[in-house]
Amino acid sequence: MDLSAINPVLLIASLMVAATAVMIAAIGELIVERAGVLNLGVEGMMITGAICGFAVAVQTGSPTAGFIAAAAGGAALSMLFAFLTQFALANQVASGLALTLFGLGLSALLGQGYQGIKPPSTPRLDIPVLSDLPWVGRIVFGHDLMVYFGLALVAATWAFLKYARAGLVLRAVGENHDAAHALGYKVVRIRVLAIAFGGAMAGLGGAYISLVRVPQWTEGMTAGIGWIALALVVFASWKPWRVLLGAYLFGGVTVLQLNLQAAGIAIPVEYLSMSPYIITIVVLVIMSADKSRAPASLGRIFHATH
Amino acid sequence: MLRLEKRRQPSRAFAWATPVLAVVATMIFGGLLFAALGKDPLVAIRTIFWDPLFGQHAFYYRPQLLVKGGPLILIAIGLSLGFRAGIWNIGAEGQYILGAICGAGVGLAFYPMEGWFIFPLMVIAGALGGLVWAMIPGLLKVKFGTNEILVSLMLVYVAEQLLASVSLGLLKNPQGFGFPGSRNLQQYDSAHNAELIAGTGMHWGVAAAFIAVIFAYILLTRHQLGYHIRLTGEAPRAARFAGVSPTRLVLFCLGISGACAGLAGMFEVSGPAGQVTIDFNTGYGFTAIIVAFLGRLHPVGILLAGLLMALTYIGGEIAQSGLGLPAAAIQMFQGMLLFFLLAVDVLTGYRLRLGGATKEGEAA
Amino acid sequence: MKLTKRALMTGAAMALGLAATGPALAQDKTKVGFVYVGPVGDGGWTYEHDKGRQAVEEHFGDKVETVFVESVPEGPDSERVMTQMALDGADLIFTTSFGYMDPTINVAKKFPDVKFEHATGYKTADNVSVYSARFYEGRAVQGTIAGHMTESNVIGYIGSYPIPEVIRGINSAYIHAKKVNPDVQFKIVWAFTWFDPAKEADAAKVLIEQGADVILQHTDSTAPQAAAQEAGNVITFGQASDMAEYGPKPRVSSIIDNWAPYYIARTQAVMDGTWTSTNTWDGIGPGMVGIGEISDAVPAEVKAEALALKDALASGEYHAFTGPLKKQDGSDWLAEGETADDGTLAGMNFYVEGIEGDIPQ
Repeated sequence: MDLSAINPVLLIASLMVAATAVMIAAIGELIVERAGVLNLGVEGMMITGAICGFAVAVQTGSPTAGFIAAAAGGAALSMLFAFLTQFALANQVASGLALTLFGLGLSALLGQGYQGIKPPSTPRLDIPVLSDLPWVGRIVFGHDLMVYFGLALVAATWAFLKYARAGLVLRAVGENHDAAHALGYKVVRIRVLAIAFGGAMAGLGGAYISLVRVPQWTEGMTAGIGWIALALVVFASWKPWRVLLGAYLFGGVTVLQLNLQAAGIAIPVEYLSMSPYIITIVVLVIMSADKSRAPASLGRIFHATH
Repeated sequence: MLRLEKRRQPSRAFAWATPVLAVVATMIFGGLLFAALGKDPLVAIRTIFWDPLFGQHAFYYRPQLLVKGGPLILIAIGLSLGFRAGIWNIGAEGQYILGAICGAGVGLAFYPMEGWFIFPLMVIAGALGGLVWAMIPGLLKVKFGTNEILVSLMLVYVAEQLLASVSLGLLKNPQGFGFPGSRNLQQYDSAHNAELIAGTGMHWGVAAAFIAVIFAYILLTRHQLGYHIRLTGEAPRAARFAGVSPTRLVLFCLGISGACAGLAGMFEVSGPAGQVTIDFNTGYGFTAIIVAFLGRLHPVGILLAGLLMALTYIGGEIAQSGLGLPAAAIQMFQGMLLFFLLAVDVLTGYRLRLGGATKEGEAA
Repeated sequence: MKLTKRALMTGAAMALGLAATGPALAQDKTKVGFVYVGPVGDGGWTYEHDKGRQAVEEHFGDKVETVFVESVPEGPDSERVMTQMALDGADLIFTTSFGYMDPTINVAKKFPDVKFEHATGYKTADNVSVYSARFYEGRAVQGTIAGHMTESNVIGYIGSYPIPEVIRGINSAYIHAKKVNPDVQFKIVWAFTWFDPAKEADAAKVLIEQGADVILQHTDSTAPQAAAQEAGNVITFGQASDMAEYGPKPRVSSIIDNWAPYYIARTQAVMDGTWTSTNTWDGIGPGMVGIGEISDAVPAEVKAEALALKDALASGEYHAFTGPLKKQDGSDWLAEGETADDGTLAGMNFYVEGIEGDIPQ
C-alpha cells in the first residue's frame, strides 16, 4: 500500500477531464428539464454527437468543425424527440427510450469506416508561464479548451436562469405550463428550443469523448455516460453549480477508486461504483424535505386548449 | 396551419387503426433504409415480419416469440398499472435483476438437494426481491415525497453493480474454474423452470405473463381498485374525494410492478438463461416500458405489443444472418417502429384540423 | 417425462438437421456461422474474429458461405441465434464468447450433425470443440520488453475482470519482467469491464500519474494508447488487434488474436469430413497468438532478446511458466525446471510471488 503515490494535483486535474463530458451533457438536460420536459434519450444523442463530431473532425482536420457538427447532430436528433412529445403529444419516457435505441443504431451505421482512425488532436491551453506554475498551473491552466468551455457553460447557464428574462420564462414554463400559456408565452416553442439546446450539449459531450478523452471511434463508446448525466441533473436538484459539483463527485469516485487500486489498496470496486447513485438517492430525499424539488410540470404533456 | 383538437371521446377506430398505420410507415421508411444499405427492401421486410411467423422454420420461431415476449409482457403489465395512475416506475430493470439474484440464490442455497418445494420457494424469493427493490422508491415517495422516476432509475445502477458482485463472489460456481457466473440451474432439476410442454416455448414465466394479462384486465374493468387506479390517473383530485388513499395506491402499484419484474427475472434465470452472470440483464426492464406504451397501457394491447417487439428481435436476427444486415440497421429499424407507434397515437385522442376551420379532419 | 421430451426434441431436430444440410451439400457449399458478442466494429475481440471469418471466405471462395450475427447477448438470445443458423443449414458454427458455453452445448445436443466450436470455454461434446489461445505466451514477450524499457521500474496493468485468463497474463508478464529487471513493480487496476473507453483512459492516466512508464492492458479499446501518447514518455502494447496506428511509440509491440488459421483449418476439416471434437489451446507456435512488429523505439538488443524468447516459446523448448516459482503467499508452486500443467493454468486464481495486492473476490 502506498498512498503517497497518489498525487493530489494530478488527481484533481484528471478528475476535471473525466467530469467534462458528463457535465456538458447534464447542463443541456438541466435546461430541458427546467422547461418541464424529461428527455431520457441523452445517451442516444451523445453517441450521435460523438460520431458526427469524429467524422467531421477527421474529414476537415479541424476539431472545432467537429465540435460544431457534433452539436448540430445532437440537436437534429433531439428534434425527433421534440416532434414526438411536443406535436404528437407522445409520452416523454417512452419517446426518450426510443430515441436512445435509434441513436445507438444510427451512430453505428454512420461510424462504419471510421474505426481505427486517429482524429486531429484538440489543442490544450498552454500559457508559457502560468501553465508551468506549481500546483495551480496544472489544475487551472493546463487543460484543453473544452474543459473551460464546460465551466463557462455552467456559469452562463446559472446566470441565464437567474438573471435573464428568457431564463425566467423558461422556468415559468417548466413550473406551470398552463399558467405560462395563459400569460401568452409560447410553451411549445420554448420547449422545442430547450430540447434542441439539450441535444446540442449532449452532442458536444459525446464529441468530447470521441475527440479528446478517448480519441477514437468505436460503436457504443459512450458506454452509459448519458445515463449518468440524467442522474447528475437530479443529484444537482436542477441547479447548475451543483451539476459541476456532482460531475466532479461522480468523476472523482471513478478516478479515486482507480487511484486506490493502483496504490495497492484492496477496495470492493462494485460497492464504490454504486456509491454515487446511492448518494444521489440520499440527496433526493434530503431535497424533498426542504421543498427544493423538480420542476412541477416535469414530464407532463402540454396541449393548448385555446 | 395544422392544428390538433381534442376529441370528446378517444376514437375507437383510430385506436385500432393507428398501430397498423405505424407498422406500414415503418415498413416504408425501413425499406428505404435497407435499400440505402444495398439490400432488397421487400426481402428484408419479409424476413423480419413474415419469416418468423410463417417461414420455413416458423415451428421454431413461434415458440421463441413467447420466450422473448414473455418477460416483456409480464414486466409491462406490472408497470402499466402504475403508469395509469401516474406512478412512474422506470427501474424495472433493477427489480428484474434483484428477482433473478434472489430466486437463483434461494435455489442455489439448496443445491444439490432435490425437492418439490424448492422451485415454489424460488418463485416467492424472486417476487419478493423485485418487490423490496421497488418498495424503496415507494416508501421514499410516501414518506418524503421523493420522485420515484429518479429513485427507481438510480437503483438500476446499484442493482447492476450488485449483479457483478454476486457473479464474481457469492453465487460464483465453485466448479466453474474461476470464471464469473453461477451454476446452471437448467442442470438442477428442482430449480429448473423447464418448458411445460416441450417445444412450445411455454415455461412458467410465459404462463405467469398470460395470467398477469388476465388478472390486469379483470382488475381494471371489474374491480374497484382498478377503477381507483384509472380515476387517479385521469382526475387525481376527484380520486381523493372518492376516498382513494394515494399512499396505498403508490405502494400497491410500485409493489405489483416490482414483483412482476422480479418474477420475470427469476423465471428467466431459472429457465431460458440458466445462470446468473455479469451481463445477465439484457434490457428487458427498459424495453418493457416501451412495450407498455405501445400497448396503450391496455392489457391486451401490451400482449400484442410484447409479441410485436419479440418479432422484431427475432426477425432482426434472421435478417442479420440471412441477409447480412448490420445489427445497427435492425436497431434503427426498431427505433423507427417505436417512433411511428408513439407519433400516430395522437390521432386516437385528437383530430387534425386545418387552421381555424371547423371542417372535419381526416376521419373520426 | 423429461426423457421423452428430450428424445422427441432430438428426433425432430435430427430430421431437420438432415433436411437442412441436404441442400447445402448438394450445392457443394459449406455454410459457416459465427456468433459474436460485440459489434464487428469494436476494434478488438469481435473485430478479430470477424477478420478470421473474412479469411475463411477469401481462402475458400465459392466453396463456403459465411453468416454472422453481431452483438448477441449471452443466454437465451444466443441459443436462438445458434439454432437459427443450424436450421438455416450451417454445417459449422463458431460461438465466440465464454458466456455462450452452455447455450452451445444445448443447441449442439439438438443438432448432432452440425459441428460447433466454442471459444474460451471448457465443455466439449461429440460435436462441440473448444478452442482458445495461449495469450500468456505473448504476455511473456511483453513482460521482457517492459522490464527492459521501464525507467521508473513501475509497470501499470489494466485488467478487465479477475478471471483466470487475465490473471495468467499478469503472472506471465510479471515473471518475465522480473527476470530481466529485479526491481520491477506492478501496479494493477481492475476496470470491471471489457470495453468502456472512457474508463480505460482514466485507468491508464491514473497509472501514469502514479509513476508507471509502461502500460499493459487486457481491455479492448485503444483509449489507453491515446492516454499514453498524450503523457509522452510512456510505452504500451496493442491488445487483441495490432493498434499499429499508435506506433512506433507509445505502441512498441502487440498481441494479436489471429483466428484465421484455425478457422480455415476447421472449415477444411468439415469439408473433408475429418472433423472431430478437439480441445485446442494454441499459442505463438501455430500462429494463433501473433506478436505485432516490435517498433524501433525498442533498442536492438532488447528486440533481439524478445524475438529469441518468442521463438523459444513457439518451438516449445521454453514454457512461459517454468519453475522455480512460488505463489504470492510464499508457498511453493513449481520446482526447478518444472512447467505448469494446463489444468492449473486454466483455473489460475493466484498471483505469483512478488506481485503486490489481492485479487478482488
